Amino acid sequence: MGESSRPCTVWLGSETGILKGVSVSRKQAFNFCNSLQLSRQHEVRTLCWADAAESELLVAAVDGTVKTFSVEKGAFTDTRSCGDPAEGCFVGMAVLDNGASLVTCAESGLLRVWRDESREPATEIRVGSDIARMRQNPERRHNVATGGKENCLKVWDLEKPDKPVFTAKNLRSDWLDLRRPHWVKDMAFIPGSDKVVTCTGHHQVHVYDPSTPQRRPVLEATYGEYPLTTLSLPAAGDSVVVGNTHGQIAVLDLRKGLVRGCFKGLAGGVRGLQCHASQPLVASCGLDRFLRIHSLENRRVQHKVYLKSRLNCLLLASRPLEEAECAVGEDGQEVKEEDDDEDEVWDAMEQVDEQEQNLKRKTPEEEADNSNRNAQENFQSKTSEEGENLEKKTPEEAPPKNKTKKRKKAQA
Amino acid sequence: MDIAEVPVTQKGKGKKKKNKSDKTKTTEQSAKMETDVEVKEEKTEEPVSFPPAFSLSDIKNKQRRHLMFLKLKQDKRKQKMELKKKRKRQEKILGSKAPPKQVPKTIENQRVHDETTVDPEDEEVAFDEATDEFSAYFNGLTNPKVLITTSDRPRGRTVKFCRQLATVIPNAHVYYRRGLALKRIIPQCVARDFTYLIVINEDRKVPNGLVLCHLPEGPTAHFKVSSVRLRKEMKRRGKEPTEHTPEVILNNFTTRLGHSIGRMFAALFPQNPQFVGRQVATFHNQRDFIFFRFHRYIFKNEKKAGIQELGPRFTLKLRSLQKGTFDSKFGEYEWVLKRHEMDACRRKFQL
Repeated sequence: MGESSRPCTVWLGSETGILKGVSVSRKQAFNFCNSLQLSRQHEVRTLCWADAAESELLVAAVDGTVKTFSVEKGAFTDTRSCGDPAEGCFVGMAVLDNGASLVTCAESGLLRVWRDESREPATEIRVGSDIARMRQNPERRHNVATGGKENCLKVWDLEKPDKPVFTAKNLRSDWLDLRRPHWVKDMAFIPGSDKVVTCTGHHQVHVYDPSTPQRRPVLEATYGEYPLTTLSLPAAGDSVVVGNTHGQIAVLDLRKGLVRGCFKGLAGGVRGLQCHASQPLVASCGLDRFLRIHSLENRRVQHKVYLKSRLNCLLLASRPLEEAECAVGEDGQEVKEEDDDEDEVWDAMEQVDEQEQNLKRKTPEEEADNSNRNAQENFQSKTSEEGENLEKKTPEEAPPKNKTKKRKKAQA
Repeated sequence: MDIAEVPVTQKGKGKKKKNKSDKTKTTEQSAKMETDVEVKEEKTEEPVSFPPAFSLSDIKNKQRRHLMFLKLKQDKRKQKMELKKKRKRQEKILGSKAPPKQVPKTIENQRVHDETTVDPEDEEVAFDEATDEFSAYFNGLTNPKVLITTSDRPRGRTVKFCRQLATVIPNAHVYYRRGLALKRIIPQCVARDFTYLIVINEDRKVPNGLVLCHLPEGPTAHFKVSSVRLRKEMKRRGKEPTEHTPEVILNNFTTRLGHSIGRMFAALFPQNPQFVGRQVATFHNQRDFIFFRFHRYIFKNEKKAGIQELGPRFTLKLRSLQKGTFDSKFGEYEWVLKRHEMDACRRKFQL
């Protein structure tokens, strides 16, 4: 139970409602699911750590529930309902007071602070409409930033919920005096200062400085031609990693606004991007159902994991991704990984490690349930009734054993 | 120049030598060489000395060179036939104990194993597919209704292609695109219960692109179209296709992306084919190219069937798959063809 979740250093939420934990050192991916039936209603929208010790995860789903997942136990321990699905899905979640209260923000602009299992939110702020993201300042936990489509960046202090601490202004009209559309998609607080960096749907990256009287962006940089969906700040500072809907991820320098380099390999839109807190690594996930970990120094793919559903969000543990837990086995694997790092001259992007997805086997009665469900949901890629018209070409080499079974937890 | 050539031309080793021309060649060479002696000394010093190697490309006369080359090819073919005969004789003698037949390497054989290949027993993928945008069609809740249109101001071939496509796909309607924006057409189509929008893009009077948009909120696939053959260009074709709904064959869509595209194609046609019509539409995927053919078949006896090709034929190559209806600027892409990254390996395919 807990053995499968404890070594996982990367957590991802998928559109099918499954929480996936990936252990990079062991090269395994595990599925954790709350209910017997998978459902699109449980599509995971955001993930966040419930406490600083990172022993519990909060998983926010489309139907308005927030579930607590314990990493130690490897199971979902708690569920609470935090809003209607009619208000829009969650765009951000944060934790205050070391787990005592929970801040959630919905797409319709309802920012709520929930305390201690109560049904009603303790504080509710209307942030606007069409919010795309809400993020918390990791240094000053009471500050949160929100932004969305035609909804400029606003920084709120949760102790003074009436007015935002900082409201950004739209850019100046362009040379034809037309109003510039703006669409904030993601933001991050730059550590060590007041500044906020945002990425927009019009492929711009803006840096705002609330300490100056200027409400317009202090720095503007552009990348690509497609909406930028996520961004993340590496630990080293001075740069920002952005991803767009075309699967292009780039590192931009925040001093001048120039592109430092691109990370190749993604084929689909980037939905989740996070830089590791201490190691120079970037993890990215997206609609192409892969988790990729790139190294920030040489911008090459270190790990690539196929996770069968479209991935919505990503969370990295603070501890080193490839830590050795048990002495004997891991050392061998770590050595193997270093070798892989060295000889990837000829195959920079498609470096596929020998990743196996070993999921836990289910108990016999759950297997019986499954076989019933399988009979109904038997995949047919052909419309006509006879199955013999379908020819499937199987690859010559035998594929590695990928018995992907969902790990289920009976309702407590 | 000539002196340097002689020790280096070892490449003539494998080639055939015809005695007469060999002698003429060596005499020519020796006549040209200025320091014979040096070369001979070099050769005697080496422990293994090769005779002056002869290569076909050293013959300056084109006709003679061509004749020599033909002889070379004939010889090679003879050797190959002998080897084959030998192997056949061996097989006959040994019978079942003969060594197994050698399978030639093809690019499909050598395909790099794709980790996204769908395992039929995989539940997560099965659930993902069961609840994706096509689930309404596969559960029998909607019937396909297709709107075919083109880019603005289409010309001859494209118009004919559209009309022929409309006969192949049941319940399809062709509309003239009067410069209307697709983003405005889509809500109107949804209101009128269309399930698919096909836009055929034209370049210089020839169709070259296809945008296939599943309507309520479904994915949009953009294909490159090539090798379009209209009905009158088909050899030995049959009569016009009838109104019966055809069967659909989807070949070789193995990866997860292939499955999505395969389902997209399957959802174009109604769920229950009319076998009376004996018509079949095939989407065959090979090396990431999708070949569309439309045939009529007839069973001559239990084992043999005859087919007649009707209908247009074309080849598609997927360029991008976008989540949501057509929105190329702001839509999120599920898969984009990035040629320099993905086409770098000849044995790796995405579909």
